[in-house]
Amino acid sequence: MAVPEDLLYSKEHEWVRLDGDSATIGITDYAQNALGDIVYVELPRVGAKIEQFGNVGVIESVKAVSDLFTPMSGEVVAINDGLENDPAAVNREPYGAGWLLKLHLSKPDERNNLLAPAEYDKIAAE
Amino acid sequence: MYAPHTKRDVEQMLAAIGAASLDELLRVPDDVALKEKLEIVPQLPEYLIGRRFEHFGAHNAGVGYRSFLGAGAYRHYAPPAIASLAMRGEFLTAYTPYQAEVSQGYLQAIYEWQTYICLLTGMDIANASVYDGATALAEAAIMALHATGRQKMLVSQAAHPNYRAVLRTYCDGLDVALDELPFTAEGTTDLQAVENAVAGGEYAAVALQSPNFFGNVDTLNAQALGAVREAGTVPIAVVAEALSLAALATPASWGAQIVAGEAQSFGVPVAYGGPYAGFIAATQEHLRRIPGRLVGKTVDSGGRSAYVLTLQAREQHIRRERATSNICTNQAHCALIATIYLALLGESGLRTAAALNLARSRELATAVANVSGVTLKHSAPFFNEFVADVHQPAAAVLAKLRERGILGGVDLGRFYPDLSSCILMTATELTTTADINALAAALKESLHVPAGV
Amino acid sequence: MSQPASEMSDGVPLIFELGQKGRANRYFEDAKPLETYLPPSVLREELPLPENSELDVVRHYTRLSQRTFGIDVGFYPLGSCTMKYNPRVNDAIAARREFAELHPYTPDELAQGALQVMYELERSLSSLFGMAAFSLNPSAGAHAELAALLIAKKYFKDRGETHRDKVIVPDTAHGTNPASAAMCGFHVISLPSDSRGRVSVEEIRKVLGPDTAVCMMTNPNTLGLFEEQIAQIAAEVHAAGGLMYYDGANANAIMGYTRPGDMGFDLMHLNTHKTFTIPHGGGGAGHGPLGVAAYLVDYLPTPVVVARDGEFALEFDRPKSIGPMRSFWSNFAHAVRALAYLYANGEAGLKRVSQLAVLNANYLRVKVAEFLETPYPETCRHEFVASAQRLKKEHGVRALDLAKALLDRGYMAPTIYFPLIVPESLMIEPTETESKETLDDFAAALHGIVETAKTNPQELFDAPTATVVGRVDETRAARQPDLRWRA
Repeated sequence: MAVPEDLLYSKEHEWVRLDGDSATIGITDYAQNALGDIVYVELPRVGAKIEQFGNVGVIESVKAVSDLFTPMSGEVVAINDGLENDPAAVNREPYGAGWLLKLHLSKPDERNNLLAPAEYDKIAAE
Repeated sequence: MYAPHTKRDVEQMLAAIGAASLDELLRVPDDVALKEKLEIVPQLPEYLIGRRFEHFGAHNAGVGYRSFLGAGAYRHYAPPAIASLAMRGEFLTAYTPYQAEVSQGYLQAIYEWQTYICLLTGMDIANASVYDGATALAEAAIMALHATGRQKMLVSQAAHPNYRAVLRTYCDGLDVALDELPFTAEGTTDLQAVENAVAGGEYAAVALQSPNFFGNVDTLNAQALGAVREAGTVPIAVVAEALSLAALATPASWGAQIVAGEAQSFGVPVAYGGPYAGFIAATQEHLRRIPGRLVGKTVDSGGRSAYVLTLQAREQHIRRERATSNICTNQAHCALIATIYLALLGESGLRTAAALNLARSRELATAVANVSGVTLKHSAPFFNEFVADVHQPAAAVLAKLRERGILGGVDLGRFYPDLSSCILMTATELTTTADINALAAALKESLHVPAGV
Repeated sequence: MSQPASEMSDGVPLIFELGQKGRANRYFEDAKPLETYLPPSVLREELPLPENSELDVVRHYTRLSQRTFGIDVGFYPLGSCTMKYNPRVNDAIAARREFAELHPYTPDELAQGALQVMYELERSLSSLFGMAAFSLNPSAGAHAELAALLIAKKYFKDRGETHRDKVIVPDTAHGTNPASAAMCGFHVISLPSDSRGRVSVEEIRKVLGPDTAVCMMTNPNTLGLFEEQIAQIAAEVHAAGGLMYYDGANANAIMGYTRPGDMGFDLMHLNTHKTFTIPHGGGGAGHGPLGVAAYLVDYLPTPVVVARDGEFALEFDRPKSIGPMRSFWSNFAHAVRALAYLYANGEAGLKRVSQLAVLNANYLRVKVAEFLETPYPETCRHEFVASAQRLKKEHGVRALDLAKALLDRGYMAPTIYFPLIVPESLMIEPTETESKETLDDFAAALHGIVETAKTNPQELFDAPTATVVGRVDETRAARQPDLRWRA
């Protein structure tokens, strides 16, 4: 399972790519593999204000459904519209074309509540 | 009892299990064990069960009466080919088609049903059926509540009173406020009231039934639709008499985004109220919110086209408390009956049936209106039912008609206190001129009883 | 279900791809054009429906039926669905004109026979399950669950206890339970089962509190195990001020031995399409009578059938009622079938039904345990759960593969991947209407499949091959939804 070095992770298998006070969020390679073929992703609306570890959406595979939790707080500034027609991107490129949403962070310090790659790798391996 | 076990079977099976007796297998803790004698109907041999039900049937005298009842349950002609196909054991005794490879036939039939409903309503998608028209309206309302994030619903008072009552039951559960729109003297929804109500942007949806409970065509006009759209309110069309779809402009054509309907008219017997075949159709944008089963076309491992239940992650058995609805059972068999009905009648048969309903109901309306003391309440275009005002308590008039072997219609006072002198009368292609003449004559006698008799 | 080679590749054409315009059946006399009666502004423009001869329609749907597996075709051991024989006498009676053509707005005095059918069924169910009264209004089990939770909500509101918003649901419960609770605004608490697959008094104590509204259980549970502590559980829930709801999906296991009322349940539903042989019809119509204890009778959905001085009536004016749940009174044709089934059995016959259902399940359980794991190896009730977990670990063969291989051998697959707490589960319910020979043959077929899993798993991954299509691409179906034909 790929766990890129330049990202931070949550226990709920989301990743965060930080860029100043903005962040891109997706689910990990481990998560997409566990879910299987993803068929639909339900994301919050642009403009929504979301709180760290809150339930902000749903990811559906053929026979499972899983809550999406945000690893950080902030305002949603973009969602990945491409997933509507190509949800498989989350399976193919969970860290690339399969990103889910971008946030303007309200509490950048929350990064301290997240996991480093090595720590996440350990959790995912269990 | 229908179990095949011989005494020897039971003994051998108990021995294989290692149990001494059946009672040992079924034993329950003493504190919950059944201790009293039950009071249930006695066991009868099969031929006497038939007689018992013949007895019940003989006490349903209403079946033999000339009937002008409709109001959400319609007697239409159903070619016998429907029953001989639908009652085939493969269809009748199948479960929900979870194992697609051995359910291709039923899945295809439901895919055909979904297509028929789309073609009839002008919508993009339709589900594999819901319980009935009233629950279809309730589920359509839930779709709109989810789509808008609002907590208020609007429904026309010209929609079926039972549908409105069921909608209220559901809304109470969801803590949703349900407001009702008045109707005009024409017997159609007050569209100015629609515009006023939606203006605040509070309502998730506005539901109009067409033909409405009074039989009248009742849709949003362009101006009202504009106001509804601007308010972000979802227009819902309710269809209680599905045969009207063969004649009237589609719900899509007047702007409905969701259609909640009842397909009982398509070959399903009135059967004292059920089972019937509800349906929900919608525009594409509501795909993820549509409740119940959906059949999709796909391919198998060899690339052959195949059908399967799809988008199941919306449903209760996967999403549990996050499901779009708790629906599990649908009305597959009634939907199958309706599908076969539509296949048999085809375009021209359906149009002819609709035209005959229009013809007979107008013949009836003319005959009734010719009886002195009776007027037609509304002047809006109607499909196969209309409101006759007898200008005296309708309940008493209907009772007199019953004495003459006629079920003259539905007493509207039962639902609208202001309309207690009004009768909702229905004629379908099964209504004969003799029926109509008999009603007119009986109505004349009932309304003009000579003094002293 | 053999098909010509050409059909194997193309399937059966849709009804929309068949027929010719003008090839209409003549069911009616000629009619004048629609414009005769209505202004063009309210008329639709086109009605693009296919026209086929009656013979072609009959052949089309006959072919579709031949591509459908029902109980009449073969053994249908679908756990929790009680796929027993559907006696034909029930259908013959329900089709009688005096029932099929009776309009729901027929005045009570002209529908006394229909009302008596409903009344006798209602009284019999109340006695059989220990409830004060039943409503025949709900259309299916899930519909009755919703009605029951609406009753609970209204009951608590009347008592000023609107803070009760938690519904407790064991992790073995049917998915409709939490979904129904959510539709009434209740929050769901999932209750873990203990190592014996049951709800324990200790666990339930942990989640009970002043916010408890309802505890929804089925007994026997979906593992086929009887909840022996049910009386204590009910007492705990009642002590906390909550209500007990019985999901009657598994009622086929208890008739004549115990009743939900005796176990302490306040509300329950029955699926007459399971226990009382209503045909499932490919997923409905169902019929979900809702029973309640005496203190909840006033809350039942309207209308309720009542008897007064030997006359039967539909009672609508019930101020405390939650209101109606459906367009008309009941799925009446199913009430007819259910009552016919009660007459065929009587009290002794129903007890025998449960006895033989449990006998069949245990007999099959013992046979299957010889070659598959059964995680709860003890006497079961009407169904049991086996697991393919070891096969998956050792040979990569999953419950799904076993299920598909069973289809190739002429059997319907058991319920798989439910209940959720057993990995790679196969939930098997044989019902009482199957013979010992059928169970022996099924066990032998399943055993053969398990042996194949060890020697030639690929054969199972490729299954089914004897069916009209192979494994269906569900991912494609969900990613590119094609839900209707288009010209």
